[in-house]
Amino acid sequence: MRAIVTVIGRDQVGIIGGVCTRLASYNVNILDISQTVLQGNFTMMMVVEAGQANLEFGELTRQMADYGAERGLTIRVQRENIFDAMHKI
Amino acid sequence: MYNQKNILETIEMIDKQHLDVRTITMGISLLDCCRSDPKAACQKIYDKIARLAQDLVRTGEDIEAEFGIPIVNKRISVTPIALVAGASDTEDYVPFAQALDKARAATGVDFIGGFSALVQKGMTAADRRLLQSIPEALASTELVCSSVNVGSTRAGINMDAVALMGLIVKKAAALTADQGGLGCAKLVVFCNAVEDNPFMAGAFHGVGEGDCTINVGVSGPGVVHHALQRVKGAPFDVVAETIKKTAFQITRMGQLVAQEASARLGVPFGIVDLSLAPTPAVGDSVARILEEMGLEACGTHGTTAALALLNDAVKKGGVMASGHVGGLSGAFIPVSEDEGMIAAARRGTLTIDKLEAMTCVCSVGLDMIAVPGDTSAETISAIIADEAAVGMVNSKTTAVRIIPVPGAKVGDTMEMGGLLGSAPVMPVHPESAADFIRRCGRIPAPLQSLKN
Repeated sequence: MRAIVTVIGRDQVGIIGGVCTRLASYNVNILDISQTVLQGNFTMMMVVEAGQANLEFGELTRQMADYGAERGLTIRVQRENIFDAMHKI
Repeated sequence: MYNQKNILETIEMIDKQHLDVRTITMGISLLDCCRSDPKAACQKIYDKIARLAQDLVRTGEDIEAEFGIPIVNKRISVTPIALVAGASDTEDYVPFAQALDKARAATGVDFIGGFSALVQKGMTAADRRLLQSIPEALASTELVCSSVNVGSTRAGINMDAVALMGLIVKKAAALTADQGGLGCAKLVVFCNAVEDNPFMAGAFHGVGEGDCTINVGVSGPGVVHHALQRVKGAPFDVVAETIKKTAFQITRMGQLVAQEASARLGVPFGIVDLSLAPTPAVGDSVARILEEMGLEACGTHGTTAALALLNDAVKKGGVMASGHVGGLSGAFIPVSEDEGMIAAARRGTLTIDKLEAMTCVCSVGLDMIAVPGDTSAETISAIIADEAAVGMVNSKTTAVRIIPVPGAKVGDTMEMGGLLGSAPVMPVHPESAADFIRRCGRIPAPLQSLKN
């Protein structure tokens, strides 16, 4: 099951490394990453494969959100269908 | 790779523009729960709802978490209870409402609708008993919703039922006087009621429906408002196109949620309702969309035209985004549930008369309107008759959900909290319509040709 991970928040050292390590610990494979700093806000998007994750999808979204909250980041994990539905005909 | 802009746009819609799925509503047929023993019927009703809807809330929450889309309510609609209770040997239908409320509590859903009767042409003994049970049913249950269809384009308007509903609304307010007449917020009087409406308080599961279906109601006034802010001063062609595109996106999200819910629950997908449903939150208002088009306040001259454009564009954009569209589908204008409407009513720009005109071009009708507590039953009946006439002649659904707030005067505010919001008490005409309502009988169905 493919999902989109978005990480938005204040730029700081080690964001990418931290998020990637965390995802790896859940056995979530990163397929693509793009990252930019918009008006001082760090913005990263990842396409990931979460089909083999070692925890339930809902739990994955909660764990990542909590991890982000501790660092002043908003981290979302959403199934990719939502973006397909809204932006592709 | 996905377009970053699109991903951020979706997230912003959800985070800042109140984009949400308003409701996943499971429609359940209770036609197989008819029993001559009312206790056995109530037990059967409870068992069936509790069984079919046991996973509804959890499934909704799972979808919410996985897609990152808020799903505000999970609801149940059932067969109009008059059709089910009619088989039972009892005069009192209140226990049926209590059975629904018990099933609602057991399943954890937010509302259950269908304490209803369809009396557009005439009333059976069961219909009459149901109508008479409504005030107590609403007062003795927490989240059961009731609706009565009093007219249709094909049948005309049942003025006996209209006269009765004025009294029932008053009694429902009196029995819930300690809560400001809150019972009336759970009671809708329809003309041309639809069978697959997922929105409360008017949801019921029509007899033409299957055993169980999933219907989804989308929302998103905030998203439309935000989109229009980007085309300030542009001609109406641009305004309509912008609304259509936005409605398409909102509806696609609703369609996705409906399909997921349907697949996970193993229940057929019914319809997506394309309604723009406001909430009392700032930034989630239909009135503010109309104002964004260039009106100083909702309710002023031009409001009806603005609403007609909005309503039509929402449908045009939404229809292509969904496999099956149904329900009420249009812009809602519930006064107490819309921050901009509340403000416009407070300043006196938005009146009941203007709202009535607005209902000619949009979804539903005079919705969540508080009037003074001393408004007579006949005046309420006359308001219902006017609104039913609008629906009957224009072949559309109209409805009245009106709250004569006990003890309240014009200018007071009735606080209901949550999605129901707060209702400024609006003036009604003091001149009587009592002799009109006392005539009873039926208003004949209108001609469907020579349309002018």
